[in-house]
Amino acid sequence: MEAHALTIHEAAILIKKKEISAVELTDAILERIDDVEPLVDAYITVTKEAAKKRAIAADKMIAQGNAGFLAGIPLSIKDLICTKGIRTTCASRMLESFYPPYNATVMDKLNAAGAVMVGKVNMDEFAMGSSTENSGIKPTKNPWDLSRVPGGSSGGSAASVAAEMCLGSLGSDTGGSIRQPASHCGVVGIKPTYGRVSRFGLVAFASSLDQIGPLAKDVTDAAILLNIIAGYDPRDSTSVDQPVPDYVKALTDDIKGLTIGIPKEYHTSTGISESVGTAIDNAMSVFKNAGADFVEITLPHTDYAVAAYYLIAPAEASSNLARYDGVKYGFRSRESQGLLDMYKNTRSLGFGAEVQRRIILGTYALSAGYYDAYYKKASQVRTLIKQDFKNAFDACDVILAPVAPTPAFKIGENIDDPLRMYLSDIFTISANLAGIPGLSVPCGFSAEGLPIGLQLMGNYFDEASILNAAYFFERQTDFHQKKAHLSKALNK
Amino acid sequence: MKISREEVLYVANLARLTIDDDDVETFAEQLGSILEYVENLNRVDTSEVLPTAHAIETANAFRKDETTRHLDRNDAIANAPKAEDGHFIVPKVIE
Repeated sequence: MEAHALTIHEAAILIKKKEISAVELTDAILERIDDVEPLVDAYITVTKEAAKKRAIAADKMIAQGNAGFLAGIPLSIKDLICTKGIRTTCASRMLESFYPPYNATVMDKLNAAGAVMVGKVNMDEFAMGSSTENSGIKPTKNPWDLSRVPGGSSGGSAASVAAEMCLGSLGSDTGGSIRQPASHCGVVGIKPTYGRVSRFGLVAFASSLDQIGPLAKDVTDAAILLNIIAGYDPRDSTSVDQPVPDYVKALTDDIKGLTIGIPKEYHTSTGISESVGTAIDNAMSVFKNAGADFVEITLPHTDYAVAAYYLIAPAEASSNLARYDGVKYGFRSRESQGLLDMYKNTRSLGFGAEVQRRIILGTYALSAGYYDAYYKKASQVRTLIKQDFKNAFDACDVILAPVAPTPAFKIGENIDDPLRMYLSDIFTISANLAGIPGLSVPCGFSAEGLPIGLQLMGNYFDEASILNAAYFFERQTDFHQKKAHLSKALNK
Repeated sequence: MKISREEVLYVANLARLTIDDDDVETFAEQLGSILEYVENLNRVDTSEVLPTAHAIETANAFRKDETTRHLDRNDAIANAPKAEDGHFIVPKVIE
């Protein structure tokens, strides 16, 4: 097997047995990036030299026998996670030349475990979008079909994993931004419980919804990465001080006694494509045949989740993004008459259309006279959505649902209709509003050969149950072993 | 729901954004359709419901009032578009 095709757990064993060195593995990935990146456009920055240095250091640690669990494992990082001295753009002109003076906590943790970052990957600008077309740098292509989007906003993370330009990635999920691209690119992605992973050094979009999580080739790799990044951090006062279980040990492959909830609202929802419907039905049969119990549950406020989200998230964004004023860091417009003019020119030139749309929407929802009707109303509906899930988890252990109503759409197909784009987040948004964990695991393909993901949502801080259920599913199926047909595009 | 040109311009100013004349109509239309969609929320009775600000119950996070090492001043201003002698430089505020 070629080195770039390895999973993290496979590579870690080979490295430990000294059958491959960190330098060899990193070089193999950098070569793969040279080959494939021109087709996929997943990376904003490839950190070749830094990666080589880290790989050499990893080999030293391995030789000395004090290497971390991720020693020599090449990873990509979404370009909104701060990396000290390495450009962090948020795919925005606003941060085009921003070099963070500190590391995000997750980066400190990955570095301590010996991981080798090979680059920063593309995303929708400030994580606002579901297709990576809102990137201010370039669109990323879906490795399974280069005319289609990889999903978003962590489209670069998902595409870089699917195209084997890294062994795993970190993304962030505010309304589905890990799960939906994972689904569209045929990889595994998990959004942990809100507060499970420190947000320190994550460039903020909507602070009450944002959460960092891994994208990986299989469930075991996702569990390995979550083991490293999870945990309380005094530098993030919303991170939660609760013991972190060993997520790899939780993968027992035993689902005896597991009760799976099927939300009736999701499965009667219009807009689910035939291929997604069939794949989800087949996935249910896999669990059913293994003796899992099924129970119908109800999430009565599902219909209101998208509306509540598209008030709360832009409202928080309008506040968070007020910091980009051309003074402390980031872009500043040069031709300005006075301070106010400088603010306005800087923000109008520095932010792309979708970011400006959401800032205006959020400012409107928070402005005098509208606050009660919009923001407060949405926050009240959020309480009801949370309550729906609490009630549901009284009756079941995990909730099974689609991730996205359709497989990946064509580049350009939805770009002129923001509302239509927002509505495609219907199945993922609720988990962020409620704060519960959710993951996507490959569960089938459309007739055109596009991957489809299965979503499993769990109770607060019960990532272990959804990971184990996904692990069981993965062991029963071979969808995660199928690879994007990039070789055809490469003419090899 | 209709949202007027003036409303778009008013809110844009609050958010310190300048919208090109050509784009105001598009923004007004798109925001109008989004706001029309969120009107759906009015079908939910929330008279007895408290708003949720955070998904997870959080308490105030206190720490000891001790000085700790923080970012070095030069590192903190290294990304500033314009800085001098350890200060951020902004355009003239008062004539």
